[in-house]
Amino acid sequence: MSKNVLKVENATMQFGGVVAVDNLNLEINEGEIVALIGPNGAGKTTAFNVVTGVYQPTNGAVWFNGEKIIENHPQGKMKKLYKGQHDGEYTGVLAPTPDKITKLGMARTFQNIRLWKSQTVFNNVLIAKHCRTTSNVFSATFRMNRKEEAAQRAHVEELLKIVGLYDVKDELATSLPYGKQRRLEIARALAAEPQLLLLDEPAAGMNPQETDELTAFIGEIRDKFNLTVFLIEHHMNLVMGISDRIYVLDFGKLIAEGTPAEIQNNQRVIDAYLGVADDA
Amino acid sequence: MTMTKKKTIFTAAVLAVLLAVCIVVDMLLPSYHIAVVVIKKATVYSLVAVSMNLLNGFTGLFSLGQAGFMLLGAYAYAVLTIPVDKRAGVYQYFNGGALKFSVPEIFAGFLGDRVGTTVGMLLALLVGGILAALMAYLIGLPVLRLKSDYLAIATLGFAEILRAFFQWNALGPITNGSNLLKSYPAFSHATPYVVLAGLMIAVILLLINSTYGRAFKAIRDDEVAAEAMGINLAHHKRMAFIISSFFAGIGGGMLAMYMGAIAAAPFKSALTYEILLIVVIGGIGSITGSILASFLYIFFSEWLLRGLDAGKFLGINAPAIFKNGFRMVVLSVIIMVIVLFFRKGIMGDKELPDLLDRRPKQRKKEAAGK
Repeated sequence: MSKNVLKVENATMQFGGVVAVDNLNLEINEGEIVALIGPNGAGKTTAFNVVTGVYQPTNGAVWFNGEKIIENHPQGKMKKLYKGQHDGEYTGVLAPTPDKITKLGMARTFQNIRLWKSQTVFNNVLIAKHCRTTSNVFSATFRMNRKEEAAQRAHVEELLKIVGLYDVKDELATSLPYGKQRRLEIARALAAEPQLLLLDEPAAGMNPQETDELTAFIGEIRDKFNLTVFLIEHHMNLVMGISDRIYVLDFGKLIAEGTPAEIQNNQRVIDAYLGVADDA
Repeated sequence: MTMTKKKTIFTAAVLAVLLAVCIVVDMLLPSYHIAVVVIKKATVYSLVAVSMNLLNGFTGLFSLGQAGFMLLGAYAYAVLTIPVDKRAGVYQYFNGGALKFSVPEIFAGFLGDRVGTTVGMLLALLVGGILAALMAYLIGLPVLRLKSDYLAIATLGFAEILRAFFQWNALGPITNGSNLLKSYPAFSHATPYVVLAGLMIAVILLLINSTYGRAFKAIRDDEVAAEAMGINLAHHKRMAFIISSFFAGIGGGMLAMYMGAIAAAPFKSALTYEILLIVVIGGIGSITGSILASFLYIFFSEWLLRGLDAGKFLGINAPAIFKNGFRMVVLSVIIMVIVLFFRKGIMGDKELPDLLDRRPKQRKKEAAGK
């Protein structure tokens, strides 16, 4: 049994009266590629935001490498409003900001690309290395960190070569075509030296050929960097082709989990999301 | 590689020429000459504008507290450097004030008159900067949680409160209430101002091009992405705020030096707006722009358009139209024209070495030629 990297435990995210994620439980083991799928508005991105610290869950906990990193329980107004389960089971509050979670070894990409627009491709990746820098503001200003800076730059160049963006490294990030911007987002996330990579719809807006390339690419970087990958995606070719396991969300609730083959034949998933081909 | 070399040589050459011009001006002209005055004031404004640009242009925090931090620096400088035997005269309503020492005189005691006084003056400037930085830390705790316009209003309010506080009579033994602080030592030539401000700006430039500066720019471009990539927003925003205020404090001290006598009154929000105007005209996110705009602004307002107030301009004698204040009317029109035609400021987000870059049009032509 391989090591458990991420464990989401009874996580509920409620906005006012709306339960966006309802009692989510999932586990991701080391080296796995796990997909989270579901119809639009099912709460997939919200689940990502809970895991990465953008939102504080209303109730529940998140474990990373066997350590509890996020925990919350209904407080204040939410006490009365809370509609989820496991009320009263959690008492502690752990609410790290996203940057702290990234430093622990989780890095993500965004559904709608969020690159630093005024910066070059190279700098976009280099800035992500900032969280690994050991120099303080004085030593950095007065260039006493030359060695570290050089090492970081070398690493960024290597990364850019791996993702195939080395020849455009001095272009502005926003001048890249769409598919390359997506790749750049992944390169940027990799620069933060994550153990777990979270990809939010990495193939959104890509054509079938680009999607196939991306599928191969994700497998490649998983092996190269010993990553565990957790991704949200609508392209079923990609999801079914690459995932070890799949979780399916609908209206915030987990309705199924299993291997791609199991999911494809699960009646609830077919009804809620996958649908039936016309000629069947 | 050759391009970077070219750029370095170009920048160094421009800076050397500017410094040489300044030294020559100092040697040829008396220190009360308008050219020297303009250089001094513009240098001080450059430093403050660059410090504001660090915060507003590079970190994306729209703060309007610059006048407050300058006030702290100016007062720290003046209070610490007034010679002991002149304190009775300056603090005539407060029994000679609470402080019975003067930093430059202490240093003059064991370093000799010339060196000691200079060291003491620089130290007083530094104290002003540190005070401003400390205040920024305290103010930053509540204020930096605010975003955009709200941050601007909060910092503007802070600066106004600080000004009122310094005019308070109960603080008179130190701040001299709303009376002038004067008779403190100051550099009379322009070169020390240029060298001092140049060094400070160089430090800011080094910071901006370091890993922390890049993190600041990431926060400006996209806060959410910056935080997701491991940049601690609260920490970095506070850092930018403190560093910017530190240099604004030093700039304030230098402004006190330039003015020769200070009170809290000129450190109104109008001063902040003046600096903001310079930053916007120069280009938000361009150090070169801020410096260039400071010199242009001061040159126009202090020298070129002076005649408009005095009744004479470019040989036209029209005291009926060119009255006191007409200078500001013309200056406003010029500024409006600049803002209309250079939306991104004179420099945009370019720096001095970037001027050597080929223009996009040329580059396109070359690409087509291939």
